[in-house]
Amino acid sequence: MNQNAAAGPPRSAAFEYLTTKKDEFVGWARKFSLFPYPFVTACCAMEFMSVSSTLYDTDRFGAALPRFTPRQSDLLMVVGTVAHKQAPILKKVYEQMCEPKWVIAFGVCATSGGFYQNYAALPGIDKIIPVDLYIPGCPPRPEMVIDGIMKLQDRIARDRHPIVNQDF
Amino acid sequence: MSNADDIFDRVRGGLAAKTLESTVEHGVLAIVVEPAEVAEVAGTLKATFGFDMFLDVTAVDWPDREPRFDVVHHFYSTTDRVRVRVKTRVTAADPSVDTLVPLYGSARYMERECHEMYGIRFRGNDDLRPLLLYEGFVGHPLRKDYPKHQEQPLVPYRKDAS
Repeated sequence: MNQNAAAGPPRSAAFEYLTTKKDEFVGWARKFSLFPYPFVTACCAMEFMSVSSTLYDTDRFGAALPRFTPRQSDLLMVVGTVAHKQAPILKKVYEQMCEPKWVIAFGVCATSGGFYQNYAALPGIDKIIPVDLYIPGCPPRPEMVIDGIMKLQDRIARDRHPIVNQDF
Repeated sequence: MSNADDIFDRVRGGLAAKTLESTVEHGVLAIVVEPAEVAEVAGTLKATFGFDMFLDVTAVDWPDREPRFDVVHHFYSTTDRVRVRVKTRVTAADPSVDTLVPLYGSARYMERECHEMYGIRFRGNDDLRPLLLYEGFVGHPLRKDYPKHQEQPLVPYRKDAS
């Protein structure tokens, strides 16, 4: 810090200005304000609770505050098996989320159906909605989930963030 | 278990005229009856022998056998604490037995499940809508000839899906 106040600029003037690029700035803001919507259907929920709570704590990555309405969230975490009977609900939840939005397939069932290759289970949620990140595992270790969230954050930080897009 | 054996002997004696086969397996009396006799046998079990609890109805598919399906009922006696299993054989052409809803209200849901999964028809059950499956589902997924990977999605798949 500035020891000699008389010689240098006053303290209050430090970091008054910052030069950056718009996409980097918006990406930096967005990657640390992920509001997950937990679409939790099966046993992976136990691992989701573990990774959200104190010991592993996704709050450290700015992705901790679950919003229980899709309209307030921008990260859809599909945690568990999705049956064909449930697919319309998942589709509706996804469509209710506002842009920008991202989707994580949490666990092998959401990724590919896992070992439920039968009449009842949807073989991967990417059959009906686009998925940004797949976290395999039955269930995934908390470290894998945190790694996945960090990878998604890297992607958001590097992404283009158009202020004006084709819808606006 | 002598208590249970006594009860089983009495049940066998009381139902001897209607029983095709009877065995005791794993402490459960299993009797095989004609499809038309199921409701009457269940009524006798409930009224005479105190089997007051309906545990389950399911089916077994034997694709190479004729008659093709076993319909399996389980009953439990809460006073004597013994179980009895009633099996009957129905054909693929007419897979139907009489409903047990007038005897046991809980049969209503279990017969719905058995109906959607195996296509067994329960005469007299007026509510055989899909329970775990959905309206429009074609076929019976727990039959052996239902293709393992056959899907009937409710949401159309994305065109660029893998």
